[in-house]
Amino acid sequence: MKDLLYIFVLIPSLGFLINLIVPKKEETILTRVATITMGLQFIATFIFCIFWIINDFPSLYTKELSLFKSESFELFIDFSFDKITAVYLLVGAFLAFLITAYSRNYLHRESGFKRFFNTIMFFYLGFNIIVLSGNLATLYIGWEIAGVSSFLLIGYYRNRYIPVKNAVKIFSVYRLADVALLIAMWAGHHIWHKNIIINQFDNYNSVSEHISEHTSLAILFSICILVAAAVKSAQLPFCSWLPRAMEGPTPSSAIFYSSLSAHLGVLLLLRTYHFWDHLPSIKIAIIVLGATTFIIAITTARIQSSIKGQIAYSAIAQIGLMFIEVALGWHVIALVHFAGNAFLRSYQLLVSPSIITYLIREQFYSFVPKTTPIKKGLINKLRNSIYMLSLKEWNLDEITHQALWNSFKSIGNKFHYISIKTLTFIATVMLFFFFGGWFFKDNFGDICLQILPILLLSWGLLLSIRAFTERKSVQRSILLIVLNNFFIALALVYCENIPILHIGLYLGGVTGSALIGILAIRNLRKTEKKINLAGYQGHCYEYPRTEILFMIGCLGVFGFPVSTSFLGMELMFGYIHPNQIAFLALVSLSLLVNGLAMIRMYARIFLGPHIKSYHESAQRSA
Amino acid sequence: MDSVLFNEEEALKKLKHYLPAQAPLKDFVHHNTLHAFQEMKFEDALRYASRMFAYKVSLSMDEYRELYKKHRIREDILEDRIIKRKGKENADEWAHKLFHKDYDTDIKGRIGSLRRKWERAYKVDVHAEVEIKLFKILNSYLDQGISIWKFPTHPDGFLPSIRELENESITSFFKSKKGKSLIKKEDITIKELLDILIADEELYERYLFDQQFSHPGWSGMVSFIEKKPDSLLDYRKISLKDVIILELILEIDALEKFYNGKWKALSEVTRVYPLELFNEVTMTEKHEALVIWQEAFEWSYYDQVLAGIIKMRGKTSKKENNTFQALFCIDDREEPIRRHIENLDLKCETYGTPGHFGLAFYYQPSGGNFHTKVCPGPITPLHLIKEIGEAVKITKDIHFSKATHHPILGALSSVSVGFLSAFRLFANIFSPSMSPSAASSFQHMGKSSSLTVENTDSKHTQDDLQIGYTLDEMITSVENVIKSIGLVKDFGDIVYIIGHGGSSINNTHYPGYDCGACSGRPGSVNARVFSTMANDPRVRKALTEKGIDIPEKTQFLGGLHDTTRDDFYFYDDDLLSEENKASHKNNLIIFEKALAMNAKERSRRFFSIDSSQSPEKIHEKVRNRSVSLFEPRPELNHATNSLCIVGRHSLNEGLFLDGRAFSNSYDYSLDPEGDLLLGILNAAGPVCGGINLEYYFSRVDNQKLGAGSKLPHNVMGLIGVSNGLEGDLRPGLPMQMIEVHDPIRLLMIVEHYPDVVLNTIKRNEATYQWFINEWVNLVVIHPDTYDTYVFKEGEFTIYHPLKKLLDTVTNPEDLAESEEETLPVYLIQK
Repeated sequence: MKDLLYIFVLIPSLGFLINLIVPKKEETILTRVATITMGLQFIATFIFCIFWIINDFPSLYTKELSLFKSESFELFIDFSFDKITAVYLLVGAFLAFLITAYSRNYLHRESGFKRFFNTIMFFYLGFNIIVLSGNLATLYIGWEIAGVSSFLLIGYYRNRYIPVKNAVKIFSVYRLADVALLIAMWAGHHIWHKNIIINQFDNYNSVSEHISEHTSLAILFSICILVAAAVKSAQLPFCSWLPRAMEGPTPSSAIFYSSLSAHLGVLLLLRTYHFWDHLPSIKIAIIVLGATTFIIAITTARIQSSIKGQIAYSAIAQIGLMFIEVALGWHVIALVHFAGNAFLRSYQLLVSPSIITYLIREQFYSFVPKTTPIKKGLINKLRNSIYMLSLKEWNLDEITHQALWNSFKSIGNKFHYISIKTLTFIATVMLFFFFGGWFFKDNFGDICLQILPILLLSWGLLLSIRAFTERKSVQRSILLIVLNNFFIALALVYCENIPILHIGLYLGGVTGSALIGILAIRNLRKTEKKINLAGYQGHCYEYPRTEILFMIGCLGVFGFPVSTSFLGMELMFGYIHPNQIAFLALVSLSLLVNGLAMIRMYARIFLGPHIKSYHESAQRSA
Repeated sequence: MDSVLFNEEEALKKLKHYLPAQAPLKDFVHHNTLHAFQEMKFEDALRYASRMFAYKVSLSMDEYRELYKKHRIREDILEDRIIKRKGKENADEWAHKLFHKDYDTDIKGRIGSLRRKWERAYKVDVHAEVEIKLFKILNSYLDQGISIWKFPTHPDGFLPSIRELENESITSFFKSKKGKSLIKKEDITIKELLDILIADEELYERYLFDQQFSHPGWSGMVSFIEKKPDSLLDYRKISLKDVIILELILEIDALEKFYNGKWKALSEVTRVYPLELFNEVTMTEKHEALVIWQEAFEWSYYDQVLAGIIKMRGKTSKKENNTFQALFCIDDREEPIRRHIENLDLKCETYGTPGHFGLAFYYQPSGGNFHTKVCPGPITPLHLIKEIGEAVKITKDIHFSKATHHPILGALSSVSVGFLSAFRLFANIFSPSMSPSAASSFQHMGKSSSLTVENTDSKHTQDDLQIGYTLDEMITSVENVIKSIGLVKDFGDIVYIIGHGGSSINNTHYPGYDCGACSGRPGSVNARVFSTMANDPRVRKALTEKGIDIPEKTQFLGGLHDTTRDDFYFYDDDLLSEENKASHKNNLIIFEKALAMNAKERSRRFFSIDSSQSPEKIHEKVRNRSVSLFEPRPELNHATNSLCIVGRHSLNEGLFLDGRAFSNSYDYSLDPEGDLLLGILNAAGPVCGGINLEYYFSRVDNQKLGAGSKLPHNVMGLIGVSNGLEGDLRPGLPMQMIEVHDPIRLLMIVEHYPDVVLNTIKRNEATYQWFINEWVNLVVIHPDTYDTYVFKEGEFTIYHPLKKLLDTVTNPEDLAESEEETLPVYLIQK
């Protein structure tokens, strides 16, 4: 029975791959493939669950499918199936099937029809991988897929300013979650000395033993999981992304941002519960987080005057409650709550355009206008303040944006006076210098060996921050990011004996992807003279193919599982020792900034309002 | 002292003139999107609007060339248009230009250039720092019922409310001291703020234009509500001036914060000389080429229609021994159904007249707290009709309930209602049915209620409106309508008065699907009131005295045509005489068939329906579309509208016009002086012209003049839609409504003598403007010779259609099986 689990990943993959080659114009074939895929998946899930129930709810694990193996490290894929999986898989299959059927007619004649269905299927693939994953590495792959497809769906209307701006904004929060997961995997690796399988958490004694051996790592692990979960489920302080994700066609918002995607954080907590269950401080933190999110989100929902915003905040509030339920160990309740909330909010979103008809009619018959005067007094002062804060969504959007975007921006801007040329030059010289130095590293003192890598990493981070704020040259900006990766590799080499293959996988993946990106830009340069990074240029309007090429390059550079860089990055993480916290922080920050820089580059060149105005284009504010 | 360079009042007036004038969605009525330019000639207006506001105002050169390749623009017509405009000697040169010359096709607007300088100078993202906050505050303040916790308001209006909130709270909308202190100044003026921000009076007006036109949706909505506060059920006091003041303070606040108080006014930072917004826009060769293409596109269609009408010479639509007559709205969607009915019953007659049936009143349904206008927009009614008796049942839907956002009930409903939602969603996708979220035209009025039609006591009023009509008013009302359409003799046993409305679900623009002549409401009440009046024996008697003899056995029967579902419903049919009941029963069978045929004919444009199926099957599917959540095109509404025929039905009875024609029945022989004609044109010009132009502009620039795709739309405060959470409101029509529309101007075809028509249109300045400025093209058919005369530059000149032969078709509904694209005009062979 357990081997059947593969089909839940195979079906959506197959559907996705088939639809990739179907021509754009063939609406009927595209929808048929999508609907059949989702329908098949739904039926398969349904039947599987029945058998699973008949067999008395066994927990199932597939064999480990090794992707890469070395003495110290193994990356493998494995799937598991239990109650949690069953509920998530069923709800997911049901909603995905219905929404696909719904979109068949709804999306008719929309430009980007094929893109929509492909992205949805890609997302759904990611979702299934996450839900079925038996270890964190597998989960991470699904997580990345879901993240990138979310970015694409939010920015579905890619020639308008706001969707693209919000897609990039949301990607940056997601990126934070990605890095948090990477760190969690790293911590887990050091706690168990191998890539952990989630079912190992079930062994109470072993977990508590491991935790007492590595208390600080255990706490770091849990915090990172919590950050990743909070981001995905739009809990404090990340609430504001969810309503801003409602930029795509209504069905995509319904399925992802009010149901499947937003509840993935809950899943992550459920999966790791048996681990942080041993850590009361984390439990309390989760409960407090859930409770505050609930209060903030429900007040915000109640003053929202746009329907989708209201539904989004209501969904967030309910997820806050689910966090509490999970922390308290009420998992069945949490699962029921998840299913109900996912159904309710997606349906509410789907019928949201009807609210005008419904409410206006209702008002016509029963409404008596009454004013809500502004009252005085201390309590009312407080009330009014809460109202105003909720109206401003508690400034959460500004706060997260400031932290994730503007902080790097202001650092980068401080170094703007150094030209990129100089920067690259110094960097290259440094690389050679240090690489040369590496041969004599045995002669260096200990302190030297500790400081050198940090220095290298800091310089590398600076390069990628500079790339992130670059406004002119695309190629040099990519180059800086590649250099950053070289710096990381070099820093690691100073600490550890790393097989050349591992470095090759890592740097080869990054460089190869970067080359694809550069190639795409060169291709674009042939016809477009002015390409820079100062603002959105929307070149996907005329160069959809180049755009895809560049996107693949981008994804490869920041470690998306399309190139070996993904594997390489995980390998590199593995070489960081538990006592190298500064090292870890710098590498993580680099990866975070690289992701932001690459996606910013992609968005600025290819997305947003088209710089040419020979066709109709929307107002910037529209 | 008032400054000479900047006059605040003047500037506000100008702004309001140019901002979009779309009502809150519940009162959505079609209007000319470029109403602000209507004092200019159409072609000049397009040029100015495009240059000033960066609108795309016609198809692009490539699109026209593509149409030519597809023969949608005819070669002979194009040649004719070139010669007419440029003369024979330049014809070849111009033909070459039209086909091959590369023009600079960039759409560059003057608007926004000052604003861009502003942004460049300060490096502040205005959208992020100012607009998003402004939209949120505006939306919360104006919200009509989405939010549960309402914006606390001060009776004096918008700014006082914000001021008071600032005073009565410990937080603030502003980030800087300056912002906080400015908002507290009660007598603050726009000029004062601009002095801080710009400090060069010459730029003030321009700055305001740039500022407001960077979010025309919200500004237009505010300006509309300021003018018509009663367009909101939940009254809100607001003015454009207040909004501008708040926006200026927010801008100053953002700069204060960003530069820590160290910044200077714009004119002290850079020197700016933006291009004057209102300067002349010269005619260029490109403009002229586009004008010629557009005219050729229009006349390629007009020419066929006129050629067809000429062929109708000598035909008559008058029948003796009528079975029944049916009056429909002039609406273009009623043209095909009339054709189908006439086909099935060769002895019936149908007529078209504006769907309010000459009655202007407010309607208050039983149990309703408000009354709603059911007549053309410009008219202010003096009467009120109330519904008495059983109220329409309002079914509730928990999914729209505020409980789902409640702290405690929210969680409970998630775990309970949630599973119902799953079931509902499944049910609606696989078997759609009517639900409370749908708008149904039959909900406008109860099926068994009665109406207060007659007023016997002039003191019987409510809100200064007279309840019901007096006998004299009833007589004039009935007389005017039947005279204007030429129905004064040969009455059948039953005269159906059929209003129309639409049903749809998940449709934010639902009033646009109802009757335009009833201000976006279904026409059922008007039809029923009219029938009641016409059935009144005292009215009959008075009419007989006036020479209109309606036989006693003739009965009027009010009904409603649901154009989305293609359903008929009749009111008061129990009042019919036994004899008429029997014939009504027969007629119902005909109607049912006609409706199914109509559904089939419409279905050729519907992607989800296989048009080769039987009419009955298709009809069922068409009905399903109207209640399917996932169907963004329940019907195509006025798409492809392009004609308005004012004349006897014989003009177009034998033509297949594919639902593109508004048709107003009119008998010139009963109206030698054109008095009735004037009334018709006064209504049909703005109503049909407004619909046509809104479709035109939403089609050619769906992004700036239309609402874009409706798929990502988010309902804001029940008054408008925007994309996502942070966008500006999107006035105009969504892409799904206009994509099949051919952007051509309306051709008004009037049957009468040219000199009479000329005198008539000159009698009303406003109506005349539509024609003389060519926002609507006007052609007159000479009733005796059937010659066609085109109105141009204030006079009528004869036009000979270039098309001599038209294809014929026997069963137009069969075309549905093979054709999806726009069809030519066919002669119908019976």
